[in-house]
Amino acid sequence: MASHAAAASHGAVAGHDDGHAHHHHTTTGLDHRKIAIWAFIGSECMLFASLISTYLIYKGKSLVGPFPHTEYVDAAGKVFTPILDIPVTSASTFVLLMSSLAMVLALQAVQLKGQPLPAGAGWWTRAQRSSQLWLGMTALLGACFLGFQAYEFTSFVREGLTLKTNLFGSTFFTLTGFHGAHVTVGVLWLMSLLWIDRTRGLTPKDELVVDICALYWHFVDVVWIAIFTLIYLIQ
Amino acid sequence: MSHDHKPAEPSHEHSHPSGATYLKVAVILTLITVIEVWAYYIPALVSSPLFNPSLLIMSAAKFAIVVLFYMHLKYDHKLFKALFTGPLIVATGTIFALLFLFAKISL
Repeated sequence: MASHAAAASHGAVAGHDDGHAHHHHTTTGLDHRKIAIWAFIGSECMLFASLISTYLIYKGKSLVGPFPHTEYVDAAGKVFTPILDIPVTSASTFVLLMSSLAMVLALQAVQLKGQPLPAGAGWWTRAQRSSQLWLGMTALLGACFLGFQAYEFTSFVREGLTLKTNLFGSTFFTLTGFHGAHVTVGVLWLMSLLWIDRTRGLTPKDELVVDICALYWHFVDVVWIAIFTLIYLIQ
Repeated sequence: MSHDHKPAEPSHEHSHPSGATYLKVAVILTLITVIEVWAYYIPALVSSPLFNPSLLIMSAAKFAIVVLFYMHLKYDHKLFKALFTGPLIVATGTIFALLFLFAKISL
């Protein structure tokens, strides 16, 4: 009896009438999918910590250039300038930060769906209600970030830095490549949400589905915040 | 044998921030990034012993702002906070332990 009462109580709590999706009767009162995404993000912290550690341990141990922050002259007298392009990477960092803003606005738009617009609502208030706009914007900014990364990788290869050139190349491409793969997954995820929104329309009941994608996307953003400082700015 | 549970807290304890708060957060994140990049181009700052710690502090601030406001961890259930901060502490500790073991940092 008590367990039934508890389950009912959890259901009542988990399913409080605030527009949040799916009423789950769980022992914690929390949706298992949200617990799972946080546990996944926790495990991803470990993955990126190992990649960042490897980069930092081998930093400055490359025997041949190109180097990230210093010039290198090889035996044939060829001069390699510092390879990192800070202005380009700063722009891509800004793009990824703005994609996080678009993502929270997409989640907010889904939460507010169906609610009447206030009288005399301006263009910004109307824009805030368009989940398709913000989901599309997030995916576009994510794709733009990937474009910056593709440009950076190809220019590095043209300048003579590959995965096999030196320890910097190996650790740099592995770390940023893994991050880029995560961004790619995020863009595909966002595009699938956008497709669902265009076909059947996302409603406040789908808030959790969007929230889980948003958590993943913001995690990808915070990993880049760490990478940008540790790899690009600290010399 | 049944167990009485206290009703669990909902996953959304408070309402999320407003759109204006999200915009303010974006402006703060942009400003910190501009300061970081600006500092990178000032040789006197780069050669200062405070340069790296300053960058790390600014980066940590950006990290925390995104996690607290955009990931809503400030407003979310304590279990989610534990699921994120626990592994994050272990991961950060692992980085420092490895850097210490490989003599990249010293006491």
